[in-house]
Amino acid sequence: MTPKISLLAAAWLVLKKDWQIEWRTRARLTAIIFFSLSTLLLFSFAMGPDVTTLRAHAPGYLWLALLFASVLSLGESFRIESENQALTGLVLTPVEPRAIFVGKVFGNASLLFVLSLVLLPVTVALYDVDLSRDPLRLVLVLFLGSVGISAPGTVYSAISANARARDVMLPLLLFPVLMPLLLAAVSATKFTLQPDPQEQVDSWLKLLTAFDLIYLSVGFLLFPKVAEED
Amino acid sequence: MSEQLAVEAVDISKRFGARWALARLSFGLPLGRSLLLTGHNGSGKTTLLRLIATASFPTAGTLRVLGHDARTGRDQLRPFVALVSHASFHYEDLSAAQNLSLSAKFLGRGGEPKLVAELLERMGLSERADSPVRQFSAGMRKRLAIARLLMKAPRVALLDEPFGELDPAGIKQMEGIIRELQGQGTSVVLATHLVEQGLSLTNERLHLEAGRKVAPS
Repeated sequence: MTPKISLLAAAWLVLKKDWQIEWRTRARLTAIIFFSLSTLLLFSFAMGPDVTTLRAHAPGYLWLALLFASVLSLGESFRIESENQALTGLVLTPVEPRAIFVGKVFGNASLLFVLSLVLLPVTVALYDVDLSRDPLRLVLVLFLGSVGISAPGTVYSAISANARARDVMLPLLLFPVLMPLLLAAVSATKFTLQPDPQEQVDSWLKLLTAFDLIYLSVGFLLFPKVAEED
Repeated sequence: MSEQLAVEAVDISKRFGARWALARLSFGLPLGRSLLLTGHNGSGKTTLLRLIATASFPTAGTLRVLGHDARTGRDQLRPFVALVSHASFHYEDLSAAQNLSLSAKFLGRGGEPKLVAELLERMGLSERADSPVRQFSAGMRKRLAIARLLMKAPRVALLDEPFGELDPAGIKQMEGIIRELQGQGTSVVLATHLVEQGLSLTNERLHLEAGRKVAPS
């Protein structure tokens, strides 16, 4: 009898496998870094030279750059799973589909989180924001936001991976679902970069955590239906 | 009765959109016996293998593998069933060794580096163990897929055109592997257009035409 490994151990293997592939090619990280740098640059040019306006809108533009980059990243994440039907191979190995979900979510989230850290100094340069106000909370917001984008993103990229118009379908499915999370992430980021006289940042952080838990739970329940053919 | 059968299909059908890939197919394969699947392209051979592997499920009818319902008992079944298919299931950007090592870890196999090295050696892939699969020829991919099947030591081995893309030495080795699996009591279901070769390796034959069982012409 083949010994069965736990869900968490299998999820960790899926995550490590994604990191291995990324490390070997570095294609996805390179692409999303350059894409989001261009996005931030274009937004700053579009806003003009007024520093006050730039500072006020920096959190929103940072999250939009991350959101747009996530579409590229998530699409690529499931392209490697559809090539040679690797996802089917995993399921038949057998790997519990929920372990695949957890591994892929945190694989995608880790990449987005690294991207967000890379974008921070660029945001300082282009939008003149002050990172020293509450850096720990800022990093926490970026991490929670990355997980929040990746959880539904993983489900939808699995759904759209074999669709004919997958490049169009993923953002169409994903963006409406992410609107509340985006609002919470932008607001929480704003209050870590700008004065927060009413101490709202913790409320937004709690909301962000709640969205993450909801998205993770729904994805955890739905993913087996998505990963297996009928 | 079903406990003695490796595969038991009762009136199984599979539909893709408006097309029926399999239509009311019934057959039984006793444990330890091997089956040759023949039929023209599009006759339903690959679909049937995928159903037995639980990669997909029947639209109608009952399919039992090793005594378990293929849909509801898939978690119990999958550790004992292995499929070598047209799709290799490999990650293109991982090396041959990394792909096998990943399977070994998921299967909870102890002594994984030694096992991986042995299988790569056996399939003649040792020298390319660290090359990404993307750089492999079709024959090398097939050899790697067979290595993965051997790692699983299945009770039901499903082989879809296993001789395709292999060189003469590889074909001979594949025949040896099929006989070795049969010697271990594994039921082999073999789909191939090389009928004579297939008949020499199996005990029973199922010929399909448009998803239906027919007598071979």
